Amino acid sequence: MAELLLELLSEEIPARMQTRAADDLKRLVCDGLKAAGLEFGDVRAFATPRRLALVVEGLPTARADVCEERRGPRVGAPEQAVQGFLKGAGLASLDQAEKRDSGKGEFWFAVIKKKGGPTAEALPGIIDKVMKALPWPKSMKWGSGTMTWVRPLQSIVALFDGKVLAGEIAPGGAMAPIRFGDTTRGHRFLSSGSIRVSGFADYVAKLQAAHVILDPAERKKIVLAGAQQLCAEAQVALKSDDGLLDEVAGLVEWPVPMLGTIDGKFMDVPPEVLIVSMKTHQRYFATTAKDGTLANRFVVVANTVARDGGAAIVDGNERVLRARLSDAKFFWDHDRKARLEERLPALKDIVFHAKLGTQADRVTRIEILADKIATYVKGADSAQAILAAHLCKADLVSGMVGEFPELQGIMGRYYALDEKLPAAVADAIGDHYAPAGPNDRCPSAPVSIAVALADKLDSLTSFWSIGEKPTGSRDPFALRRAALGVIRIVVENGIRLPLSHFVKSGDLLEFLAERLKVQMREKGVRHDVVDAVFALGGEDDLVRLLARVEAVQSLLGTDAGKNLLTAYGRAANIVRAEEKKDKTLAASIAGAPEVTLLEQAEEKAVASALHDVERALGPALKAEDFAGAMKAFAGLRAPIDSFFEKVTVNVADKPDLRINRLKLLNQIRATMDSVADFSKIEG
Amino acid sequence: MSNPSAARAKPTCFQELILTLQEYWASQGCLILQPFDMEMGAGTFHPATTLRALGPRPWYAAYVQPSRRPSDGRYGENPMRLQHYYQFQAILKPSPADILERYLGSLEAIGIDTSLHDIRFVEDDWESPTLGAWGLGWEVWCDGSEVSQFTYFQQVGGIEVELVSGEITYGLERLAMYLFDKKTIYDLPFNRADSEVPLTYGDVYLQNEQEQSTYNFEVADTDMLFRHFADAEKECQRVIERKLPLPAYEQCIKASHCFNLLDARGVISVTERQSYILRVRDLAKACCEAWLVTQKEAAPGPSKVEG
Repeated sequence: MAELLLELLSEEIPARMQTRAADDLKRLVCDGLKAAGLEFGDVRAFATPRRLALVVEGLPTARADVCEERRGPRVGAPEQAVQGFLKGAGLASLDQAEKRDSGKGEFWFAVIKKKGGPTAEALPGIIDKVMKALPWPKSMKWGSGTMTWVRPLQSIVALFDGKVLAGEIAPGGAMAPIRFGDTTRGHRFLSSGSIRVSGFADYVAKLQAAHVILDPAERKKIVLAGAQQLCAEAQVALKSDDGLLDEVAGLVEWPVPMLGTIDGKFMDVPPEVLIVSMKTHQRYFATTAKDGTLANRFVVVANTVARDGGAAIVDGNERVLRARLSDAKFFWDHDRKARLEERLPALKDIVFHAKLGTQADRVTRIEILADKIATYVKGADSAQAILAAHLCKADLVSGMVGEFPELQGIMGRYYALDEKLPAAVADAIGDHYAPAGPNDRCPSAPVSIAVALADKLDSLTSFWSIGEKPTGSRDPFALRRAALGVIRIVVENGIRLPLSHFVKSGDLLEFLAERLKVQMREKGVRHDVVDAVFALGGEDDLVRLLARVEAVQSLLGTDAGKNLLTAYGRAANIVRAEEKKDKTLAASIAGAPEVTLLEQAEEKAVASALHDVERALGPALKAEDFAGAMKAFAGLRAPIDSFFEKVTVNVADKPDLRINRLKLLNQIRATMDSVADFSKIEG
Repeated sequence: MSNPSAARAKPTCFQELILTLQEYWASQGCLILQPFDMEMGAGTFHPATTLRALGPRPWYAAYVQPSRRPSDGRYGENPMRLQHYYQFQAILKPSPADILERYLGSLEAIGIDTSLHDIRFVEDDWESPTLGAWGLGWEVWCDGSEVSQFTYFQQVGGIEVELVSGEITYGLERLAMYLFDKKTIYDLPFNRADSEVPLTYGDVYLQNEQEQSTYNFEVADTDMLFRHFADAEKECQRVIERKLPLPAYEQCIKASHCFNLLDARGVISVTERQSYILRVRDLAKACCEAWLVTQKEAAPGPSKVEG
């Protein structure tokens, strides 16, 4: 068994592409090996800012010849089928195929002989194919060449069983081919000259000696451990940020965390601003003090071991951060000179969407909506909701949000607090974009709920009105997220909002229902239960709808519920079968059965049980006591069971009796369907 | 390769930074060109980049380009932002295999010691909507400060390049602020402190920033600019028909600058903005196409190139 080592060295690969590229490399190489009929053991792929590397263990050094037979189309089959067969089998013409009688007629057969031989001869072709197929999100040409890669490719290590594979990649143009070899380079600044390697273990060790940590997981560990130690020494805590950690690990081959200090004069700027500025512009980690507030230290991860122990690097980073934060502080000080109200005229100049007017138009719509919605939200002061809606977009024209768009809302809240506006208004401005995703915090304060709902319902209804609906993969206005936001805010806060008062388009209501279904399915609610309740239609109160779903789901969790469902199924089946035979039947069996026509004790018992259920059901449904409604059904089961045991429905010689009994069965169905369409429930 | 950093001491002022970069890139085989004599938003607009990036002929050049971005004017009050600033640009076509090492050599030359500082290549894709151009590359960071942009051109004027140019752009003021540890552009020493008449960047350009900002935002005659835009557009199209891509391209540069001024004056609405950008792009495209024709006709075939 032998090992394959592959390394593709290039100029610096964007951090965000590295993980995916390593995964793709692994997948493509595995596919290639399988297609070539090569067995293999463990496969691992790695990425650093300058290289993709892969090791395959347990490869055989040679393959035996393989003979494979493939059945083709029937002799005399259409030309197209024959051509497809020839192409698939790699044959030039039918002369190379054989006719054979399979017992079911004569068929063409191809006998494909796959030459075995040394694995080393098969690998270069596989590597070449993999490199051509590797899907970089963005790739480029360089020099005079025609090949594309994420950035210029510099060298290739391709070793099998300790020996260099014979092969090369031609970048094209006037450029020399890149031959497979056994040499690579270490860290860009901490190592010089080329490094010869003999296998994976040697490669990892020599890279490490040349200041390159191959495994991104290990680089992350070093960053984290180093950062935490520095923080502990400075008596602060690292503010963890997995996304940032991933990115930083993709920017360095030799991570060296260092601790810097934020100039004290910036510490009165809101912490969100400092954190965003440090993260997005500089890729620094923030730290917190013992009381959880932002501390004045930051962690920068350098890619080098400096001669002076990093003093110049820390100093340089502190300087650039000072410049960045001066900008931020300037915006913070400058923005607060104008009140939010004074910014509103500028919203008239910002086009929200060509067909939907400006941000100012949008604000007007949100105000009206927030006012209406507030009446449905317990504790929401309508005047506060209108004020918050009025000011919620004002920060879009502040300097800070111009610089850091991700601070929209957050800055509005700070500026509102600075103006001494009520806290509920400020919080509603800050919360109105939330929730930004399934894991984001959902607003829960009454005024916040009203404004956040207004913002999302305006987006949905506005874009729907101009025919901009999300399609399969395209959702440029994030309407799915808006819909999910509406659902989460309403459901998580138990808001009794009649959606149809706000959403006039049936199609949009349907879209919201679909999102709700998806969300419930993700939460593990039975899809048939969801369908059964949704089939009732006309329900625009999500809270009531969910209560129904819950009641039905819990009913079906009991034995009584399951048996009742069986009884319902029998009743419904008989009615459906009869309706099929006689198209006019449906009209004549609508309504309650005639009491005088009830003959047998069993059918009388069912009628009386139904009567009891209906009497209990009405008030229970009205009180939205769906569990109570389900309980009422429990009395139905025994009478229905005996009915089916003793009573013949289709009495041939008494048509009136037959119709009356069908009426009875139909009523069972109708009564139960008033809570959910039980026909949708799968047994 | 000779090492010019040994020949010249580390720069101590703005003009020595320029001189050092010129000497360094000259030593790398680049022509040292002079700034193009028209107003433009960035060194990329210089025909030595836009047009020379197209066609089969190799081209190594470097130059300083005064760059104007009217809406970046801050009346001289912002320590980091100017409406008129300098870019130093090096373009190597086709990009040689060791272009990054050569670039790092330029950092050494201007006094950045890589054994003391942390150099990073951070993804930064470049796109110029008005030139119909894009490329992939990096922002280069030194201790967290952006010191250059590095781009491999893939398309210019909507045309896929035949030979890829490696383009290196140094924002000279920002780089100088880093090198000379100044908090504002205006405090940068323009010449040496021991000169007979030592002057700062502010001594040379503060009044210009104040006056030009006022002009850009408040005074510029918008009717005239709209007219000039239309005239330049028309002239560009007319000259292209005469198969004269170089003078045509100058009209394209003119139109682009008129647009930038109108944009700063705030008289172009959001929707119009896009259409003006597209109009300039159409001109740039037409110039690039016409240029390419002349290159193909005149080309003696690519000379010997490596890289």
